[in-house]
Amino acid sequence: MSNSDEKLSFISAIGRGIIAFLEVLGCYVVFAYRALSGLWRHTWSLRDLVEQLEKVGVGSVIMVSITSAFTGMVMAVQTLDQFLRFGAGDYIGGVIALSLIREMSPVLTGLVVAGRVGASMAAEIGTMRVTEQLDALKAFGLNDEVFVGAPRIVSSMIMLPVLTIYSFVVGIGGGYLYVVAHGVHQSTFRRSIEVLVDPYDVYGGLLKALVFGLIIATVACSEGFRAGNGAKGVGEATTRAVVWGDMLILTFNYFLSTFLFGGGG
Amino acid sequence: MRVSEAFKRFDDHQVLKGVSFALAAGEAMALMGPSGCGKTTVLRLVLRLVDIEDGEVHLFGRNVAEADEEELIELRRRIGVVFQGGALFDSMSVGDNVAFPLYYCLGVKDRKAVSERVEEILTAVGLEGAERLLPAELSGGMRKRVAIARALVYRPQLLLLDEPSTGLDPITARLIDELVLKLKETFNVGVLMVTHDIVSALGVSDKISLMDEGRIVWAGTPLEWHESQDPNVLRFASGLRAVRRGERIEP
Ligand SMILES: Nc1ncnc2c1ncn2[C@@H]1O[C@H](COP(=O)(O)OP(=O)(O)O)[C@@H](O)[C@H]1O
Ligand SMILES: [Mg+2]
Repeated sequence: MSNSDEKLSFISAIGRGIIAFLEVLGCYVVFAYRALSGLWRHTWSLRDLVEQLEKVGVGSVIMVSITSAFTGMVMAVQTLDQFLRFGAGDYIGGVIALSLIREMSPVLTGLVVAGRVGASMAAEIGTMRVTEQLDALKAFGLNDEVFVGAPRIVSSMIMLPVLTIYSFVVGIGGGYLYVVAHGVHQSTFRRSIEVLVDPYDVYGGLLKALVFGLIIATVACSEGFRAGNGAKGVGEATTRAVVWGDMLILTFNYFLSTFLFGGGG
Repeated sequence: MRVSEAFKRFDDHQVLKGVSFALAAGEAMALMGPSGCGKTTVLRLVLRLVDIEDGEVHLFGRNVAEADEEELIELRRRIGVVFQGGALFDSMSVGDNVAFPLYYCLGVKDRKAVSERVEEILTAVGLEGAERLLPAELSGGMRKRVAIARALVYRPQLLLLDEPSTGLDPITARLIDELVLKLKETFNVGVLMVTHDIVSALGVSDKISLMDEGRIVWAGTPLEWHESQDPNVLRFASGLRAVRRGERIEP
């Protein structure tokens, strides 16, 4: 009997967890809808958009460079070893390129930006909330969710695909250097990329990046807007922005992968 | 502006228990009362930054609770607000802060006119030449004055001031009082001022309301305040006097 009680409470705990998860997800969806649908009706600042583009884009270049270069190289280390064993050395370039553009570049860029930019957005907006700056915006007759949220979401959605392309180029560069240094011919590497990588793969990778951009800024802004009082509230909002940003990027990545590249086709 | 029988609770804490007052165009009212009695909450209700629980707020003849999004924006743009902590946009310079309502409320496009107006108002609050500073580089009193400049710059019809002179030295406090008075007299601006500063309450306002525990416990003119034998007024006034003399307040 106590056994079935335990089972019941276990199931209800899972149920509560799922409901809490959906509630948070719902918050994000509502926030993104309100911020973006207000773009045409409400005032926002072009200057802020440009500033955010710079913050998301230029600010992330160094971290994206380092993560992508080393990821490209480590993939080269693994594929080179195994592919040469099967005598498939001709395909190395293409295989590295495919996994970069389809998976590694969008996901790594997303995680890097969520950690760097998402955290700072949540902290900034959380501080604006607790110091009544958001209320001041409202008092000036502005829609704070649009004024603050829209430029950040839009710039993040623009910059993530750009950074993803950049990450792809750097990653390929890293892999190329390693592979060529270990005796594979340059033209073999290049040709295999041309043969294996389709424009469709590039579009798929960029679509993922666009979605991740939407996720990162929406989560960060929404957490900032919901921040509790004081420095503690802002700190918690920042943590939640990164944790939820990362979780949702990895979850959505799986579903987008099955949708875009799944089914053995 | 009229507030009638306003009630507000946060969770299980009943903050406002039926607050009523009215403010005619061009009239100034000081709202006084101990910290935590709900003064800021009254201002937030007026702006509909929080929703009212029971009662009504009318602004310029319009019931705020019934206003749709556009009307609410329109109403808010006619009001200048100084928040208790200043609420300066800390990513922007002082000049950009003060110019903000000109660009985004009035939609002014002429940059030169804006910068002239900003310079003028900053001089009026004794902060000439501070345009390029960031809010983080200012003292508490300076932040307050920038906030006041930002609320006055676009000549709103109604001013809501939350403790504008708290944290200012007496000389600057009087400067702000004079500025508010001048605005009120020249442009017929209505003023609702939350303050602990009895000098500015008596000097600027046409009437005073004293709040305690979510209710207005006394209302009258500055003259009546002086002569009042109401225990609430006496307690509040003597508390302030005692604080000024550095004495302990007997409970
Ligand atoms: N957003 C809020 N959530 C919960 N409690 C609040 C909130 N805002 C104000 N309060 C409470 O309402 C009471 C009155 O606050 P306030 O209006 O700021 O007082 P005053 O401005 O007179 O010092 C305080 O006890 C405060 O804790
Ligand atoms: Mg207050």
